Amino acid sequence: MKTKFIVEKIFFGLMIISVILVFAFLGSILITIIRNGWPAMSWDMITQLPGGGFYIGKEGGVLNAIVGSIYIVGASTILGLLISIPIVFFINIYLKNDSKLASITRLSFDVLYGIPSIVYGAFGFTIMIFLGLRTSLLGGIIVITLLIIPIFVRSMDEVARQLPKHLLEASYSLGATRYETIKVAIRQIAPGIATATLLSIGRAIGDAAGVMFTAGFTDSIPTSLDQPAATLPLAIFFQLSSPLPEVRERAYAAALLLTLIVLVLSIVGRMITHRFSKNKIK
Amino acid sequence: MLILTGLSLFLLVAIGIGLFFKSRLILSEHSLWDLLSGSAWKPLSGEFGFLPFIVGTLFVTALSIAIALPISLLSAIFLTEYASSWVKRVVFPIFDILAGIPSVVYGVWGTLIIVPWIADKLGPRFVDYTSGYTVLASGIVLGIMILPILVSLLIEIFTIVPQDYREASASLGATKWQTCSKVILRKAMPGIVAAVVLSISKAFGETIAVLMVCGNYAAIPRSLFDPCYPLPALIANNYGEMLSLPLYESALMFAAFILFFIILVFNIISRWILRNIERSYKM
Repeated sequence: MKTKFIVEKIFFGLMIISVILVFAFLGSILITIIRNGWPAMSWDMITQLPGGGFYIGKEGGVLNAIVGSIYIVGASTILGLLISIPIVFFINIYLKNDSKLASITRLSFDVLYGIPSIVYGAFGFTIMIFLGLRTSLLGGIIVITLLIIPIFVRSMDEVARQLPKHLLEASYSLGATRYETIKVAIRQIAPGIATATLLSIGRAIGDAAGVMFTAGFTDSIPTSLDQPAATLPLAIFFQLSSPLPEVRERAYAAALLLTLIVLVLSIVGRMITHRFSKNKIK
Repeated sequence: MLILTGLSLFLLVAIGIGLFFKSRLILSEHSLWDLLSGSAWKPLSGEFGFLPFIVGTLFVTALSIAIALPISLLSAIFLTEYASSWVKRVVFPIFDILAGIPSVVYGVWGTLIIVPWIADKLGPRFVDYTSGYTVLASGIVLGIMILPILVSLLIEIFTIVPQDYREASASLGATKWQTCSKVILRKAMPGIVAAVVLSISKAFGETIAVLMVCGNYAAIPRSLFDPCYPLPALIANNYGEMLSLPLYESALMFAAFILFFIILVFNIISRWILRNIERSYKM
C-alpha cells in the first residue's frame, strides 16, 4: 500500500479517537456529577432554606440559592431582551447593509462577548462603590444583564442578518414604515430570539465570577432589591470548600441540580428552534 | 434605538476607563514595570508583584491550548470533511452541551476526577509529591472548557473554504487527508490563528473552574506539578479582603485591567482576521 493511504488511515483513526475523547469528557463529567450528587439529593435540598447548622452538615437546603438565581436570571433576561431587541432591529433594519456604525457595533459586541465575567464583576463592583451600593440583588442583576446583552445581540443578529431582503422590500413597497416592517421581521427572527434567550439563561445561571462581587451571598431569600442574594454556582463553590464531607456532598447535589437545569434548557432550546422554524420563509 | 446602541458601544469604553481609573492609585505608587516584573506579593506591606500571577496565567493558558488544539482540529476536520450527516447530528449536540455546562460544574468535576488522578496516579511517577491542585489540572479542565468554542469556530472556518478546492485536489489523486492537510488547513490558516487567539482570550478570563483546581499559591510555577495562581483567581479570591486597603483594591482592579486589556486586544485582532476571511470569500 502506498504511504499516502497509510497516512490517511492513521489520521482517520486519530480523528475518531479525538471525537471519542470528547464523548468521554462529557460522559465523565455527567457521570461524576450524577454519581456524587444523587445520594445527597433530596426534597429538603430544593425546598428548604439553610438551617442553623447547615454549614456543619445539619438540616436545610439551598432554596435561598435557587430563588436567588431565579430572581437574578429572570430579571436580567427580561432587561437583556428589552435592551438587545431594539439594538438588533436598529442595526439590521434602520441601518444600511454596508453601514460603518453597524459594523462597529457588531465588532464591539463581539469583543464584549469575549470579556470574561470576572471583569464584568470587577467593573460592576467599581460602579457600585461609585454609586454607594452594597452587594445586593440589584448589583447582581445589573452585572448579569451586562454579561448577557452581548450574547443576546450576537445570536439574534446572526438570525436577523439572514432576513431575506425582498421580504423587507415587499413590506416597504406596501407603504409600511420601517417601524411597521419590524412587525414582519419579528416573526422571522422569533426562533432566533427564543434560542438567544435560552442561551443567555444558561450562561446567566451558571455564572459565578460576576455575581461573586456584586450579589454577595446570604442564607435567606432576598425580599428587596438592596439585599444580598445567594446564587447556585456560589452555593456550590462555598460548600465545596468546606472540610466536612456532608457539606461537600450537598455541593455535589447542587451541582447536579445546576447541570440538570442547563441540560433541560439546552434540550428545550433545540425543540423550540425546531418548532418555530416552521413559519420561516427561507 | 440609536441611544441604546450608543450606550452599549459606550459600555466597552466605560469598562476600560472605569478599571483604569481604579488602578491609577497603584500605578502612581509603583511603576508599571515594577508591578509586572515583581514577584513578591505582600499586600499588607505594600508589595505588589504580578509576575507569579501572569506567569501562572500564561502557563495554564498555553497548556490548555496545547491540549485543546489537536483534539479540536481533528474533530473539526472529521465533522466537516468525513462525517456523514447522521454522525454530525449525534456529535454536534455534544459540543453544545459541553459549551453549556457551567464553569463551576467543570470545577467540581476537576476536583473530583482530575485532581485525585494527578495526585495519586500521574504525579508520583514524575515528582516526589504533588497535591493534585496544579498547573496540569487547570490546563486539562480549561482545555476541555475551550473545546466547544474552538471546534465551532474551526468548523465555521473550514466550511467557508470553497468546495472547488477539494474537488481540484481530489482530481489530482490526493487522498482526503492530503486534501485536508495540504489544501484546507493551509487555506484556513489565518482563520485557525484567529480561532486560537480567540480561545486564548477565553481561557485567560476563565475564573471559577480554574480557581477550584489551580492550588492558589502565589509563586512562579516551575513544573506542571506545581500549584499556580492565575490572575482571575487572584481577583476572585481576594475581593472580600480588598476593601480594607485602598492600595490592595487598586491592585486587584489593576489585575482586572490587565485581563481586560489583553482580551480586548486579542479579540479585536482575531475578529478582524475572521471578518476579512469572510469578506474575501463572499466577493
